[in-house]
Amino acid sequence: MTGRAADTAAEPVTDTAAEPVTERQTGHTADLAAMAHRVREHIVGMCAGPEGGHLGGSMSLVEILTVLYCDVLRIDPEHPGAPDRDVLVLSKGHGAICLYAVLAERGFFPVEELAEYARPGSRLMGHPVRAVPGVEMPTGSLGHGLALANGFALADPGRRCFAVMGDGELQEGSVWEAAMTSVSLGLGNVTAVIDRNRLQLTGPTEDTVRLEPLADRWRGFGWTVREIDGHDLGALRTALEPGEAGRPTVVIARTVKGRGLPSVEGRVQSHYTTLGARQAERALAVLRARHRRATA
Amino acid sequence: MTEQSLDTRPDEPRLTTPMTPQVKPAPARSAREAYSALLPELMLADERLYCLDSDTGLFDPAAFAGAPGRYLNLGIAEQSLMGTAAGLAASGKIPFVTTMATFAATRALEAIKIDIVYNRLPVRIVATHAGLAAGHLGPTHHALEDLAVMRALPGLTVVVPADAAQAEAAIRQSAALPGPVYVRLGRKATPDLGGGGPFEIGRAQWLRPAGDGPGRDARRTPGDVAIIACGPHPVLAALRAADRLEARGVRATVLNLHTLRPLDVDAIVAAAAGTAGVVTVEEHWRSGGLGGAVAETLAEHAPTRVTRLGMPDVFAGRAGGQDDLLRRYGITADAVVTAAIDLITAIPGGGTDDPDLSRV
Repeated sequence: MTGRAADTAAEPVTDTAAEPVTERQTGHTADLAAMAHRVREHIVGMCAGPEGGHLGGSMSLVEILTVLYCDVLRIDPEHPGAPDRDVLVLSKGHGAICLYAVLAERGFFPVEELAEYARPGSRLMGHPVRAVPGVEMPTGSLGHGLALANGFALADPGRRCFAVMGDGELQEGSVWEAAMTSVSLGLGNVTAVIDRNRLQLTGPTEDTVRLEPLADRWRGFGWTVREIDGHDLGALRTALEPGEAGRPTVVIARTVKGRGLPSVEGRVQSHYTTLGARQAERALAVLRARHRRATA
Repeated sequence: MTEQSLDTRPDEPRLTTPMTPQVKPAPARSAREAYSALLPELMLADERLYCLDSDTGLFDPAAFAGAPGRYLNLGIAEQSLMGTAAGLAASGKIPFVTTMATFAATRALEAIKIDIVYNRLPVRIVATHAGLAAGHLGPTHHALEDLAVMRALPGLTVVVPADAAQAEAAIRQSAALPGPVYVRLGRKATPDLGGGGPFEIGRAQWLRPAGDGPGRDARRTPGDVAIIACGPHPVLAALRAADRLEARGVRATVLNLHTLRPLDVDAIVAAAAGTAGVVTVEEHWRSGGLGGAVAETLAEHAPTRVTRLGMPDVFAGRAGGQDDLLRRYGITADAVVTAAIDLITAIPGGGTDDPDLSRV
């Protein structure tokens, strides 16, 4: 599907009028928006590399990781292993290129290294690896992150621990083992974030193995549930504030797969894409035009 | 060393060679109970240690009163168990995780592989009811693949203590290892082996000939045959077989190869040298476990005939306790004697005419 998805994606990328301009961003939010824009450019760049990349699920994740790494996590890029740090596990490991871009923008390693993504010998492998500064756990086999976050949270009640999951990932039974465990252990320092872009590899989650009523399911498991627009930086910041003591929180972030590129937004073909040089150029032009309008 | 203590089967004819003087039977203890008694003590001494339980019923929560918050029963959820352990270990803790061997090796394997072993985290996986120890509970509770699976994982130390004292030693020594460890335990009490020199993870124990002294270099003339075993019942079978072979004028070297990774290649090669062949015996399917490790090693370093005894390629079809199943499937001293004589005479069936299902 890789090459073909790119081809079908290519043409409408020239459509530059599709993005509705929302609220005007100022100050810190504008800084975050600028970083989110750069992250999207990096993602496009990596998808134009020799192996392509998980475009759609990385684009849907951009604001989530940007807010977490800039405004929420207590981390120090100079000391990625500091014992008192907060911990984020990207349980949806196929969002690796978004994570790498955010970590690089945040100063964990040079942005220039992103050009090495997936090239032979690079430490930037297709799913997150611990050799990359800032990556806490190797993920990619889905359904591992929440249990890992529980362990990190148990070890130090004074730190916050985040498991960022895909929505399709919730079909893995191990997620629900861990979800019960977070509640039973009273891990108020655990936050799950769900990138609810509604699509998995072959189609809509609801046509595959249904997840709804998703919020009710989490509530039924004993979690505090917050539902927000996962591309709204302010809403994310509020939703990611600490929850109740002794009770974990899940943030269901409604997102759009492929967000930022109208030609692939909400389309299943965006899942994994190898962009040709021309396609990448056009995609970057679209991203820049949108960003200019948003910040005008 | 009190070899006589190994001879606990009432129907086993007692031998009167110098190696097996008659004395009262040795005490028997359950390795898993020894572990559950030891762990709270270790946790008091080191606050990095955690006990993560999976509703095994093995632990008395009151025993952990001195380690508040560090005994956690995470329920019947082995994937969550391993992931939680990994998160703890990545935060500087040393979790001991307890589950049945079959659930560790199959249900939770991916979490072990990715979350624990790939990250080289110091999680101690203590797996009970290994091999046929679950007996009548049936094949869903037997673990006959765990050694094959676990020893394939790079950097995972795999230890199979042969009695309760060795289990205690393995648990104590594991605390000092930097990476992950898998410790394979059974269920019921088994005789204390005693002797055999100090137990050290990664170094095989020379059980026969006895009296070689503690040094591994204090070697003797090669045996006519070498028997390499791991785990309580196979090691007992190997020792009994060696006694019987001795009575027939056959000198058998017996190695307790209790660590399958890192493998004591030198000991395997030394035990095999000059013999007619090597018999391996284990409470595990014949593929991929101890016998596989020995055969691979000898094929590469010192080609030698190897006869692998273990569970034949079947699931247990009828109920039976551990002892029944071991006898039914030929993980016995009889089978070892037969295999050894076959190797020495180079005549299949030259040992006895007993049916030996383990070589089917």
